[in-house]
Amino acid sequence: MKLSQLITMALLGALAVLVCSPVAFLLSGALMDGGELRQHLGPVLMDSQKAFADWSLLPNHPSLRPAVELLLDSPEFFHMFWNSVGITVGILAGQLLVGAPAAWGFARYHFPLRGPLFTLYLILMLMPFQVTMLSSFLALERMGINDTLGAVILPSAFSTFPVFIMYRFFRGIPGPIIESALLDAQGPLQVFWYIGVPLGSPGIVSAMVLGFLESWNLIEQPMAFLKNKTLWPLSLYLPNIGLENAGPAFAGAVVTLIPAFLVFLSGRDYLEQGIVASAVKE
Amino acid sequence: MRKRRKKQELTGLLFVLPSLVGVLAFVLAPFADVIRRSFASAITEEWVGLKNYQDVLVNNAFRLACWNTFRFSVICLPALLGISLLIGVLLQEKTRAGEAIKTAFLFPMAIPVASVVLVWRTLFEKQGLLNGIWNGLGLSPVEWMDSPTAFWVLVGSYLWKNLGYDIVLWMAGLSGISSAIYEAARIDGAGEWTIFRRITLPCLLPTLFTVSVLSILNSFKVFREAYLVAGDYPHRSMYLLQHLFNNWFRDLSFDRMAAGAVLVCLVILCLIGIMRRGFDKE
Repeated sequence: MKLSQLITMALLGALAVLVCSPVAFLLSGALMDGGELRQHLGPVLMDSQKAFADWSLLPNHPSLRPAVELLLDSPEFFHMFWNSVGITVGILAGQLLVGAPAAWGFARYHFPLRGPLFTLYLILMLMPFQVTMLSSFLALERMGINDTLGAVILPSAFSTFPVFIMYRFFRGIPGPIIESALLDAQGPLQVFWYIGVPLGSPGIVSAMVLGFLESWNLIEQPMAFLKNKTLWPLSLYLPNIGLENAGPAFAGAVVTLIPAFLVFLSGRDYLEQGIVASAVKE
Repeated sequence: MRKRRKKQELTGLLFVLPSLVGVLAFVLAPFADVIRRSFASAITEEWVGLKNYQDVLVNNAFRLACWNTFRFSVICLPALLGISLLIGVLLQEKTRAGEAIKTAFLFPMAIPVASVVLVWRTLFEKQGLLNGIWNGLGLSPVEWMDSPTAFWVLVGSYLWKNLGYDIVLWMAGLSGISSAIYEAARIDGAGEWTIFRRITLPCLLPTLFTVSVLSILNSFKVFREAYLVAGDYPHRSMYLLQHLFNNWFRDLSFDRMAAGAVLVCLVILCLIGIMRRGFDKE
């Protein structure tokens, strides 16, 4: 029994390492200088028929030069990085300001049409972007905000997914706590602010972690709503750097990865809680 | 008393209102417009009945995309659900190694698509790393992205990205099964396999609904990898509905797009309905 368990764990561990290996690949690539990268990737670039690309996870001469060059000498990259930050912050702020009260309303109050509305939110949360792509575009066109960062931010800020996640956590707050607060003659806003938000904070953080990973990764939305390339986020710009510019491409990939990695590490537990809360059970 | 209830209802509605206004403005109202457009000509805006739907349904690209999307779901869903359940069960006993392995499987979720694309390109290029390994094994090189294998690259990406998410969901379901049932079964002399089949699986049925719905939802996001690796017109084996919608959008064929959006929306509504009904019976 013990041995078989050990073997399963070893196998799973090996699979886990394989699953994470792309990061090792990116990191080693980002630490190589241009010459070494060209050496490894040469066959791909020249399309020679005989040789194949190879790789080494330990760079011969580790150097941060491509990364530094990318960060300091290419204003483009810097610009796109801030576009990404702007989009992500905008979406998260919107989801927080609008979504948290809505989740509280659904979780704690009864009002006419509450049930049907909530089902509607649930269905909208499950609709893929392609279904709402044209409708969003038309709405943004009418409001005259296509081709601005707002066009990417606003529809996502009103996403119903975070509402659903936060709802699950607000539901979990024991009723007596809220009733006693109401007896203390606190207004509904105070109850939300002083009891709901602190006690539901794991849910809010979970929604934010999931929201971050999504907004940092947007492809379809900026592609559809932003014609002006200077507004593009990193997620759309980066893949346009071809392998012939392998140095900046690898450095850019790692720089894009870092914020997501940090959010993942610090929010791991919340991420798991958020995933569990996304489970559609009513 | 009644007055207080009325006030309560009003407060709840006020909490939800900002979010509701946004959903109405960005999703519901414009989607109603899309439904209208699906029955109208794109240029003259005249009523054309079901013509757009006819155009879409006989369209070869639409059929190919539907077939590929269907094939993709039918292959990926069982594979993903099965593998993640297996890993979830194996990791059930809480150990530090198990926690680390779970985190590792979750990590791909946080790796931005834009970063991954670089890895995929170097791996699957004709002179790339994978063919290098292939060559070393004495096999002849394969055109990974330019042959039916492209579809399997897509399947692999989807599994890689979503394993962790589903493992977390399964494990949440598993932890909900009371250990008393397990102990009782063991005392009665039931073997591990019998316990799994007779207790674990039936108890996980509600989780199955959740996991499948969310996995379908996430399957639409695989387009990001597909698009970034292979562009607007990938190999026909991986031409998905999302590619088609994008191409329609770029060509401004809003009439077809409207009809397509309504059709996809209906299919998804049916899916949610069927799955819900099916699992409610249990």
